[in-house]
Amino acid sequence: MSELISLTIAEAREKLVAGDITSVELTDAYLAAIDAANETFNAYITVTGDKAREMAKASDRRRAKGEVGVLEGIPLGIKDLFATRGVHTQACSHILDNFKPEYESTVTQNLWDDGAVMLGKLNMDEFAMGSSNETSYYGPVKNPWREAGSNSALVPGGSSGGSAASVAAHLCAGATATDTGGSIRQPAAFTGTVGIKPTYGRCSRWGIAAFASSLDQAGPIARDVRDVAIMLQSMASVDEKDTTSVDRPVPEYEACIGKSVKGMKIGVPKEYRIDGMPDDIEAVWQQGIEWYRDAGAEIVDISLPHTKYALPTYYIVAPAEASSNLARYDGVRYGLRKTGNDITDMYEQTRAKGFGDEVRRRILIGTYVLSSGYYDAYYLRAQKVRTLIKRDFENVFADGVDAILTPATPSSAFAIGDEEMASDPVKMYLNDIFTVTVNMAGLPGISVPAGLDSKGLPLGLQLIGKPFAEEELFQASHIIEQAAGKFTPEKWW
Amino acid sequence: MSVDIDTVKRVAKLARLAVTDERAERMQGELNAILGFVEQLNEVDVDGVEPMTSVVEMEMRKRADVVTDGNKAAEIVSNAPASEDNFFMVPKVIE
Repeated sequence: MSELISLTIAEAREKLVAGDITSVELTDAYLAAIDAANETFNAYITVTGDKAREMAKASDRRRAKGEVGVLEGIPLGIKDLFATRGVHTQACSHILDNFKPEYESTVTQNLWDDGAVMLGKLNMDEFAMGSSNETSYYGPVKNPWREAGSNSALVPGGSSGGSAASVAAHLCAGATATDTGGSIRQPAAFTGTVGIKPTYGRCSRWGIAAFASSLDQAGPIARDVRDVAIMLQSMASVDEKDTTSVDRPVPEYEACIGKSVKGMKIGVPKEYRIDGMPDDIEAVWQQGIEWYRDAGAEIVDISLPHTKYALPTYYIVAPAEASSNLARYDGVRYGLRKTGNDITDMYEQTRAKGFGDEVRRRILIGTYVLSSGYYDAYYLRAQKVRTLIKRDFENVFADGVDAILTPATPSSAFAIGDEEMASDPVKMYLNDIFTVTVNMAGLPGISVPAGLDSKGLPLGLQLIGKPFAEEELFQASHIIEQAAGKFTPEKWW
Repeated sequence: MSVDIDTVKRVAKLARLAVTDERAERMQGELNAILGFVEQLNEVDVDGVEPMTSVVEMEMRKRADVVTDGNKAAEIVSNAPASEDNFFMVPKVIE
């Protein structure tokens, strides 16, 4: 059984095609693994075992008839942010208590249409607001990685912490995730998995609980570059129900893996060399540069001068959009309701009880920066700085750079309950310092494991591409994967 | 710019979030820390810079102005904490 769950999506596909295994066997193996380990990790908040077996049986029947989708029979975990018809969908918030949508998100529908099997819903930071999965109403997720010689629990990163941990612990073959400021790439880096945030508009946002609409994008987390390419192939689409989804064909992502990067120009931005960056991260970045040089790519030093302003810009734009998006949770149409003296009191009590600390903090910030008299000073200025951040990237790409190589995170995974992070929200926000620029500019970014630090924890490198150049990112990140190898935590659970 | 406790309470009211005095005080500190952090944007020269409205250059797609969905009142209220005859129920608002 445990052999089945160690297969990548591509390997499982091969065995399914050959008739060596069935989707039911594969699904049962995952359900058994979840049953044995979920209490340890808290990665799944709902396991849909019966539904999974039904979907797996249906998949096997389709296969027998020769109908085979690109994810036929592959068991996946779904982040709780995605609406799944009739199944727990709460963005890991108390305010959506008992919410079971009557509809399916476009991304998950695409996966089911391509034959995938749903194992359950995955833990995450409440409304995707967090970098450690600790803001979830359902409690923190444990990272399958631990420091060498230590039993202390580490965070898997966030907000897609359940997605990353379940992929790393082999509790699903791959998982959906979303990324507003780094929520796919940071947890992928913390767990030795691969995650891509595609270009804004590549995946439909329909049916994904909105956090910051101009930044949110769905993407996959999986065990290697090929698996992530296979998943994105299915998730991406143009959708009439999301006017920001972009009308262009989805390329054959898998086909570009293995192509040479000879002659490719890889930019290395000097602004990402920040004060106090651990030596291990500097070393892994340098190693990445060497790998590309060895593979025949041209390394160019570049400058993205507005990099340091990306995070403060994010902490105006994202809360502003969130405060507007989260206005819909009022205790009337769905979820939690707390009674009050009158309707306004009912709203206020419901929202105070239903939202956790971090969500309330961001709603307050967002409401403040959008409030009368402050709009120009905060929101309008931030949107102008955002134009400058995007222009930095455009200039570099216009100079012929094909992709940009940076570290994915400023540290490896930290402890659950880290006191410094808990007492200072800004310190927690700094986790996204290398990833958030990509969301501000709407670009695609992939995080690939590149090595272990001195504590034995995985570190990721990030590649940033031109708009809709996901193919080049798969092509280029495969170089890192081949040179670094893959990283699997030693099983202690 | 830093906010005082009355501003925190006023903004919380705008956001429809009930706050106790004790919580308002804590939030004041957190808000000021975040506002202090974003203050650095004031050093950026944004003269003549257009504010970003969309990261992807695209014309907004518009669908045909026709009915594409509907007749599902029961489904729409199915998740409501209180409903009757396919209406959402709220506390009395008109005396």
